[in-house]
Amino acid sequence: MTMPLMRPKRKNPVLRTRQMNLPPWQRTRIALGITAAAAQGRFELQVCDDCGAVQYPPREACHKCLSPRLHWREQTGDGELLAVSTLHHSNDLFFRERLPWRLGLVHLDAGPTLMVHLHGEVPGEAPARVRVGARLDRAGQAVLIGFPQDGSAHMADDKMLREMTSDPKFRKVLVTDGKTAVGQAVVRALVAAGADIVWVGHAEPWKNFGGLEDITALAQVSLVPLDLTNERSVSQLAGAIGGKVDIVVNTAEVHRTFGIGARRGTDVARAEMDINYFGLLRLAQEFGPALKGRSADGATSATAWVNLLSVYALSNFPPHGTFSASKAAAHSLAQCLRAEMRPAGIRVINVYPGPIDDEWNQHMPPPKVAPSALANAIVKALRDGVEDVYPGDVAQEWLERWRDDPKVLERELATNGG
Amino acid sequence: MTRRQSYEGVAVAVPVTVPYVRYSTHSAHWFIGHALDALVKASGIRKDDIDGLCLSSFSLVPDTAVGVTQHMGLSPRWLDHVPTGGASGVMCLRRAARAVQSGDADVVACVAADTNHVDSFRQTLGSFSNFARDATYPYGSGGPNSIFAFITANYMRTYGAKREDFGRIAVAQRHNALANANALFKKPLTLDEYMGARPIADPIHLFDCVMPCAGAEAFLVMTEQRARDLGLAHVVIRGAIERHNAYAEDPVMVRGGWGVDRADLYAQAGIAPADLDFIQTYDDYPVIVMMQFEDLGLCEKGEGPAFVQTRGLTYDGDMPNNTSGGQLSGGQAGAAGGFLGMTEAIRQLTGQAGARAVKDAAVGLVAGFGMVTYDRCLCTGAVILGKPQ
Repeated sequence: MTMPLMRPKRKNPVLRTRQMNLPPWQRTRIALGITAAAAQGRFELQVCDDCGAVQYPPREACHKCLSPRLHWREQTGDGELLAVSTLHHSNDLFFRERLPWRLGLVHLDAGPTLMVHLHGEVPGEAPARVRVGARLDRAGQAVLIGFPQDGSAHMADDKMLREMTSDPKFRKVLVTDGKTAVGQAVVRALVAAGADIVWVGHAEPWKNFGGLEDITALAQVSLVPLDLTNERSVSQLAGAIGGKVDIVVNTAEVHRTFGIGARRGTDVARAEMDINYFGLLRLAQEFGPALKGRSADGATSATAWVNLLSVYALSNFPPHGTFSASKAAAHSLAQCLRAEMRPAGIRVINVYPGPIDDEWNQHMPPPKVAPSALANAIVKALRDGVEDVYPGDVAQEWLERWRDDPKVLERELATNGG
Repeated sequence: MTRRQSYEGVAVAVPVTVPYVRYSTHSAHWFIGHALDALVKASGIRKDDIDGLCLSSFSLVPDTAVGVTQHMGLSPRWLDHVPTGGASGVMCLRRAARAVQSGDADVVACVAADTNHVDSFRQTLGSFSNFARDATYPYGSGGPNSIFAFITANYMRTYGAKREDFGRIAVAQRHNALANANALFKKPLTLDEYMGARPIADPIHLFDCVMPCAGAEAFLVMTEQRARDLGLAHVVIRGAIERHNAYAEDPVMVRGGWGVDRADLYAQAGIAPADLDFIQTYDDYPVIVMMQFEDLGLCEKGEGPAFVQTRGLTYDGDMPNNTSGGQLSGGQAGAAGGFLGMTEAIRQLTGQAGARAVKDAAVGLVAGFGMVTYDRCLCTGAVILGKPQ
């Protein structure tokens, strides 16, 4: 049983805020295959195409038959715990600051022996059945974790696991736009997940959209003025709450239809870029440094940044051509943001939904992602510590086609969607 | 499998130790230079007579034995650089012996040396191997302590060993170290102190760990005729084995590669394990010492705990082990730790062991164990040395 995390005491303002020392991040290139899968929530190891042997640590040739044809395949992670050790000494600052630290040696049913971080619910005495999963650590690199076969209700509160993930429980979150259905669903999902405070951006307070009253009625929610097109507005809000925000969820977007020929001029495309791309840039410049400064600040440290992108960022969807372009720009900038936040251990989570069931996708046939489903996917990503999320059937299918061959997908979209 | 040919006619002589220091600002070359100088002075040969060099060092990087020839002004006609760490003593000896037997070299200097700067150990750990970088260092960065914690915990669970059993090994070695002026640890160690030490990586506690330090060990290999001509006290090689990545199918290490080849080792020597007057085991952690007692045939697998409970492991006991104090009490000077048992065995068999001499020692075994690239040590070796017949 994991003891539920208690609300941390108020921070002593006299004490220095601890800064982040990342865990060891260096890996060989071949080992990044584990990271690539873990970033999307999967545990994969190399498997030999010729003899089926499962390989670990990652390598360039099969240890059984010397075949170079090793491919990443999802693993169940079931195995037997052979030995447990609690470290009381470490040569690395990250672990030194978090001792004692439990480790396990696991013999996977699939063959290899793995060294893993050990969840607190795994017993201290071997042998025991465990399930190994891959998670991204604070350095953004995959590590393997030994989980209990059946976890308890509060297993996410495990100290080691909470260090690897970005659970919203007791955290303070900024949701940048509360007037959309998605923004409001995200606010509700965060409150349900135990967020301490949810600040909700409100760009044009004189406009009364539906639904805002419902979320502002929640005790954890407070509306804050935030206009992502206005640098001063972003700066003022960062000055007011930047030092307290643990998670930023950027839901603000402008979405209009049509591509190049169906609309005259550039005003609409410019408005899309101004929010979808420059809005992210303004937000990142003001809130990024604030989050980085508090990334090692205890159990409720600053931890994550979530970008609402679109699966159209991967390949242009001509009926929504300028919107796709703005999301592609945002996708590229988000990669830069991820690289810049990495040294502090702040996770950048990019969410790539297919069509959302909202007014700007009125003409899109189903399936469409319900705002509540999208919100739940965001909370799940924070809890599971993944960094790329493709919610909904359409996004999953696009992803599969894109992985298979981006050029073929481009042609499919040009002929079927254009 | 072809039987190994004999090492007949080969002499091992001139054991040299460059005194250990906890930290040094010198590079590994400084210790190699001192070792070579000591070999020359103690043997009476000229530096130019050294026509073979077999080297082992971690901290020499980016240099290898190649750069050392120019650094030291040597022009050998046979050169080797052995990367097997704790097994390098046995493996340098085997290679040097074959070079001498085949006429590729007349006098081979075998040298292991490492420096230790204040932050060397930490820096070595993260880049020790690709597998370590990918699959062990990111897990708590405990270095070998965490791997051997698993191996020790599993051994204890499987064979019923207790911490006290490992303590007996550490305490006996400390007793031996007190008769070795070069050992870094100078105070006696009691079993109570061993048991009360702070935990490092359960079940590994402080006195299960070696202390990294700087230093060098070296010896010469030549023909017996040459050694006799020079008037050098020497030993002969009765048998030698090596093995790498043995028992890869074991999910966790419970035995070392010695078990694969030990029948041949004793057959070469024409003796049984009971005939050994002493053993120099590789002692990075006491559990590995216990495994060597088993895998080298001094007792059966799983009988290690009973063995250490009933046998006297000090230099004046009935089964002397690591008579210099070993690395646990002497310090681990990097690759020189792989040579420590070799120089000590030569001293024991040539009457140079001083106060810690094993009485009437005529034949002894030196084991090597090296290189934890992932979850176990990969290189194992052993040699039986004896007084010349």
